[in-house]
Amino acid sequence: MSQATTMITSARPAARRGGNLGDALFAGACQAAGAFVLLLLGGIIVELFLGGLPAFRAFGLPFLWSTEWDPVTEVFGAGVSIYGTVVTAVLAILLAVPLAFGVAFTLTELAPPWLRRPVGTAVELLAAVPSIIYGMWGFFLIAPLMAQYVQPALIDSLGELPGIGFLFQGPPFGTGILTAALILAIMILPFIAATMRDVFEQVPPVFKESAYGLGATTWEVMRGVVLPYTRISVAGGIMLGLGRALGETMAVTFVIGNANRITTTLFGPGNTIASVVALEFGESETGSLKLSALLALGFILFVLSFIVLATSRFLLRSRLKA
Amino acid sequence: MSVTSQPALAPVKDLGVAARLGRRRKRVDLIIRSLSLAATGIGLVLLASILITLFVKGFGAMNLSVFTEVTRPPGSDGGLLNAIIGSLIQVALATLVGTPIGMLVGTFLAEYSRGSRFGEVVRFVSDILLSAPSILIGLFVYQLLVLPFGGFSGWAGVAALAIIIIPIVVRTTEDMLSLVPNTLREAVIGLGAPKWKMIVLVSWRSAISGIITGVLLGIARIAGETAPLLFTSLGNNAFSTDLSAPMPSLPITIYSYAGSPFQDWIELAWAGALIITLAVLLLNIGARSLLRSGK
Repeated sequence: MSQATTMITSARPAARRGGNLGDALFAGACQAAGAFVLLLLGGIIVELFLGGLPAFRAFGLPFLWSTEWDPVTEVFGAGVSIYGTVVTAVLAILLAVPLAFGVAFTLTELAPPWLRRPVGTAVELLAAVPSIIYGMWGFFLIAPLMAQYVQPALIDSLGELPGIGFLFQGPPFGTGILTAALILAIMILPFIAATMRDVFEQVPPVFKESAYGLGATTWEVMRGVVLPYTRISVAGGIMLGLGRALGETMAVTFVIGNANRITTTLFGPGNTIASVVALEFGESETGSLKLSALLALGFILFVLSFIVLATSRFLLRSRLKA
Repeated sequence: MSVTSQPALAPVKDLGVAARLGRRRKRVDLIIRSLSLAATGIGLVLLASILITLFVKGFGAMNLSVFTEVTRPPGSDGGLLNAIIGSLIQVALATLVGTPIGMLVGTFLAEYSRGSRFGEVVRFVSDILLSAPSILIGLFVYQLLVLPFGGFSGWAGVAALAIIIIPIVVRTTEDMLSLVPNTLREAVIGLGAPKWKMIVLVSWRSAISGIITGVLLGIARIAGETAPLLFTSLGNNAFSTDLSAPMPSLPITIYSYAGSPFQDWIELAWAGALIITLAVLLLNIGARSLLRSGK
């Protein structure tokens, strides 16, 4: 391919050389920019890994599950933060997916056409609100509401149930794992809803019309035609939301309670990789083992979100090509 | 496909059973439709709640000195002037650095690399960067620019924000360029123009409103970024336009003020939060209407 182009260009008269030089420069610049993006990602991986290397060396593989985090004795482990990261992100997905589905269902099938654009835009604006605003809103408005109403109600209703009751016990502080998951759910809701809406809209109308013609209700068309047709892309959208939830920093830092322990109750405080890095960074000296442990945490977070985001992109590839 | 529930497929002799089944299906449909509408309602209520909270608390704390005074110790009537200026400088420079790079990458993906392996990899990596946790980009720039060059600096903040805006510009540039009809390209090439002229004078020009939309959305995104600045430009309580020193920014100031125990600092944080959210939402709405009018 490239050989053929060179042959053609070299066969052109000398007068066209100015254009050829311009072409070569421009193509080179575009290619270099593309290579630069690869370098960025490579640089992030290498720098985080090298920065975390002293910690990986000092603690070995147990760094991944050790729950200790003691700056005084310089013993660090990622167990609690990995646990907090995964639990808040998964809980956020559980809360956000039904809501996102409802929003996408409304925007594609239920709402009258004139209402779809303004409502869709409003939901998308939720995604534009900066993370730190969610943090303040969560800390000053949602956390007190959780402490006063939601958590006591959950303790009274679900706290007594055998089997899952232990999740809903303990003092209602307002902040904690559950509140963090709730804020995360609100933050990723627009991403999942927008993906679902886009893929629902790609279902050929003929399919839906034939189901309606058989007498199916709106929900039956959704469950029997639209969802089976789009399920892979829907899963991709959910993974995209999960990827966002894993690395969210500011909002979580405000509301998770920031304690390095694993509690069985969802009301308990905890931390995530991102919140630990954001909070402890200022208190770690250059070259200290603690700083290295934080960079190692960053590397782990990068690996986690890379896997999730790559999966999401793999699942969404059919939508990307369409 | 299970469009109808199982029993309905068998011929139903009893009309009463058929009617009951029909009612049941309608009921399920109604319940799920109501729940979906409720979910949308919840989404809208949440947005309204955030905006109302910001307006009530933010306007309560808003006065002229927010814009004319620099940050001061608690109890001495400070403002946010230095933080606002610092944010403007860093966001503007990051946009100036990131936009050309992002546009070139997007152009490469749309005009040069169709079907090539290298292009696929670049597209994949750019999409990963688009959703990668921004705190990690902060840590990366810390390792790359802060540690070796002896300290936190405005330049490091600019670098972190530029890295965040690049993949946003890449995505929109590529999307918008791929909407440009090929016949247009063929016409230009047919006139004997070199490819780079075709791209600059025709492809870019046809896609310009979409690309500007992407840049505006990118600016909206980096204007509110906090986590990457924690490790790069750090923040500064004095008025500073020196990019080689730590530089104040609105998000960082909001972060440290909102977590403080001082009432006047918390109020300033709300004022800052209102400013930043209004700016971000207006940028978003402006970008969207630009795209719609451009179509």
